[in-house]
Amino acid sequence: MTEHTSTKEVGGRRQFITFRSGEQEFGADIMAIREIRGWTETTPLPHAPDYVRGVINLRGVVLPVVDLKARLGLGRTETNPKDVIVVVQSETRTIGLLVDAVSDILTITGGDIQPTPELAREADTAFVEGIAVLSERMVTILSLHRLIASLVGTQEAQAA
Amino acid sequence: MSKTILTVDDSKTMRDMLKLALNGAGHRVIQADDGMAGVEALAGAPRLDVIITDINMPRLDGFGFIDQVRKDPRHRATPILVLTTESDAAKKQRAREAGATGWIVKPFDPARLIAAVNRVSS
Amino acid sequence: MTDPMEAIKQTYFQECEELLLAMEEGLLALENGEADSEVINAVFRAVHSIKGSGGAFGFEDLVQFAHGFETVLDHLRSGKLDAGGEVVKVLLRAGDMLADHVAAARKGTHLDKETGRDISEALAALSGTDADDSGEAPADFEGLDFAPMVIAVEEAPASAGWRIHFAPHATLYANANEPALLLRELARLGSVKVTADLARLPPLETLEPATGYFAWDIALTGDAPRDAVAEVFEFVLGHCDLTIEMADAPTAEIIPLPVLAPLPDAPVAEKKESAPAADAPKQSIRVDLDKVDRLVNLVGELVITQAMLSQRVAECKIPRASSVGNGLAELEHLLRELQESVMAIRTQPVKSVFQRMPRLVRELAAQTGKQVHLVVEGETTEVDKTVIERLGEPLTHMIRNAVDHGLETPQERLAAGKPEEGTVTLSAEHRGGRIVIEVSDDGRGIDRARVKEKAVERGLISPGTALSDEETDNLIFMPGFSTAKEVSNISGRGVGMDVVRRNIIDLGGRIVIGSTPRQGSRFSLTLPLTLAVLDGMVVAIGAQTFVLPLTHIVESLKPKPSDIHAFGRGRNLLNVRGAYVPLVDTAAILQAGDTSQADQGVVILVESQGTGRLALTVDAILGQRQVVIKGFEDNYRHIEGIAAATILGDGRVALILDVDGIVTRCRAQLGDFNELRPTGS
Repeated sequence: MTEHTSTKEVGGRRQFITFRSGEQEFGADIMAIREIRGWTETTPLPHAPDYVRGVINLRGVVLPVVDLKARLGLGRTETNPKDVIVVVQSETRTIGLLVDAVSDILTITGGDIQPTPELAREADTAFVEGIAVLSERMVTILSLHRLIASLVGTQEAQAA
Repeated sequence: MSKTILTVDDSKTMRDMLKLALNGAGHRVIQADDGMAGVEALAGAPRLDVIITDINMPRLDGFGFIDQVRKDPRHRATPILVLTTESDAAKKQRAREAGATGWIVKPFDPARLIAAVNRVSS
Repeated sequence: MTDPMEAIKQTYFQECEELLLAMEEGLLALENGEADSEVINAVFRAVHSIKGSGGAFGFEDLVQFAHGFETVLDHLRSGKLDAGGEVVKVLLRAGDMLADHVAAARKGTHLDKETGRDISEALAALSGTDADDSGEAPADFEGLDFAPMVIAVEEAPASAGWRIHFAPHATLYANANEPALLLRELARLGSVKVTADLARLPPLETLEPATGYFAWDIALTGDAPRDAVAEVFEFVLGHCDLTIEMADAPTAEIIPLPVLAPLPDAPVAEKKESAPAADAPKQSIRVDLDKVDRLVNLVGELVITQAMLSQRVAECKIPRASSVGNGLAELEHLLRELQESVMAIRTQPVKSVFQRMPRLVRELAAQTGKQVHLVVEGETTEVDKTVIERLGEPLTHMIRNAVDHGLETPQERLAAGKPEEGTVTLSAEHRGGRIVIEVSDDGRGIDRARVKEKAVERGLISPGTALSDEETDNLIFMPGFSTAKEVSNISGRGVGMDVVRRNIIDLGGRIVIGSTPRQGSRFSLTLPLTLAVLDGMVVAIGAQTFVLPLTHIVESLKPKPSDIHAFGRGRNLLNVRGAYVPLVDTAAILQAGDTSQADQGVVILVESQGTGRLALTVDAILGQRQVVIKGFEDNYRHIEGIAAATILGDGRVALILDVDGIVTRCRAQLGDFNELRPTGS
């Protein structure tokens, strides 16, 4: 199992679900998306970094919910009932991403994804796979694998 | 060409290997996990083309099982292949006396297993 | 797992485990003098099966060793050999060795050539063969009637073809062989011309239908080697007249037809007179554990849904006595039964762990020069599979400890007026919804003076500390008590009893020591029957709801302000009937919102085995219930102070507190109560 086994590539084309968080639009590989559900109150976890909003019950599975905006260093999401939790999976791990709203499904050719600009701050880019620029839109493609993996290591938690 | 084959062996590993090889050759496999279960399977079985049986089994061993098959008018003429190991020469002989048609030496390779099956059934 | 052979290999190893257990059980029965033929047969079958399937995966070392072992068992079975004390000893060690071979094969490694050479030699001596060529079994070749075929392989390859004369005997048909099929197989080797020889056909009136009268002459052209031709007739040699000669050869080469020698009764498996039906084993099926776990989870969901439903119904003010209320009560009752039944699927007898211990004891006895008799009781006691899986290691350490530290040498025992042979007892029983496992020995007991001395040396206690016997005994569970330096090579391997205790606590269990000088020691483990559910107290702490495992709760108190004593900066001690227990602001350490005032809320006195007590402040006790334990570490990570999570009746997640972790950490921070630091960070 490597990072990209879940990527569905049809002749170099990949499909992404895009969602808004704050002012930005993000994309996540459609193969990693398990489901999209409305916001429910979370149970906070002690000693958790600010971007971990707690856990929810997803049909019997205890699922951690990560505030995407906060994780990318863009400030905490003020939740309202219209918010959405995108359930994403990487390898065997599943988490929920708190975002403002889901936009649409995008098909992007591999070549349209550009590397992250150098000037971006490190915190912003650690979980970014690249940037897709489409007519008048800029979508930040997330590396869910790195994002999820970062939750499990303890070092990161203590630092944050 | 597809045959119905009853395999009788107390080892799941062996049953799985037989099934894999026989299914691979397009045959249908019925499994029993010892001689007693084999006898029970005979009663409920449709026409069997071949029976493959181990010798060392709990409850009813291979010799006893072959004996039962040969006593059963429905299966008297069914070919029986015995699973033996290389050193069990005396057992092959004994199995043949009990009514076995042929034998398969463990560990078997699928091609030889299929060849043995073909040699005893049309 | 896409490769079917890989899947079968896994099945093989799983099967090996079962077979090795069956073998060990049989060998132990032999050791106890219960050498009936059924026992020997079972052991033989186990070894035979391990060998038989092992060859398919190319485990040559394993197969070769198993073969030598099997040969001895075969002699035992045939009565050539008696199951005397010495023989059984060799067999037991061979069994251990076979287990090692299987383990090596599983890991994809090989045992060192020299390892177990003495055992192979001992086996060879018993079977009268040479250890080096135990891959063959010449002894078994008596009665072999088709040896000539082997010689035939050396023939020069044919070029033009073969002339075959084949005349079946009646016995060929009796065994369901079919000449037509053999002719068909021959046809695959080249082109054939078959001529039926009807010379033996009698007049119709004397014809016996079941007798073979036909004979065939076959001309096979092509370059098929001789042994390929002979192989077609492999199954019917001895049941026919057969000559195979080179097509151009002037003289016929005749395969001698051996006369069927009467078989020796001995080495062949005795056919059982009748299948024993009386003690037929219970029917069972093998089920993928994932399927069972899925079932357990679903039932867990069902229980939660039912609780949610009950709560909603109560909120609607529907009386319990109504038809809806009765229906719900019935549902709850059925669900509890369903849950128990499902949990029972996962239970197994502790036997699978206990059976590994006799081998351990034998090895320990050999290493220490002590004489040890192991008594095993209650091995049919059932407990959840997950508990069983994690029991092996602590039990191993406890047995090591008992033999290494508990028992005296034979000389010491004699001097103390005890029998030379020491006894270690391993027992299991159900007691009050939990399983109790005890390891006891009749050795010297814990040397308390020495233990104290060592604890002082290691800086675990200060020299003048007054300790009760029980407290002294418990010192051996302290981290750092046993160190690699002083621990012998047996109890060693870098772990001490503190690790044992930790393992047991992780399983939700407790461990207690009892010891009497000169009479022995007893370690009792109390474990839950399953790890999937726990009885908990649901409490409100700050703005949140948590679950405290009931097993850790001593009592709940409503303290008076006068019971709380400030101690150091902002820290408090609670006076519980004269004993001072550290009082912990639970909301603060769990970051659960506003700090509750101890004198306004409730205090729960919790206890951690070995580390002591702590008073936890909570805002309210909401009730007691059985909760389904849900891990979250797969998707997240371990959280200090939290053991797991569960889902409450309202569908929300509640965290289960790790009482041992909290107590250990808080007490460590408090030290000797003289330095009190904030507990939250």
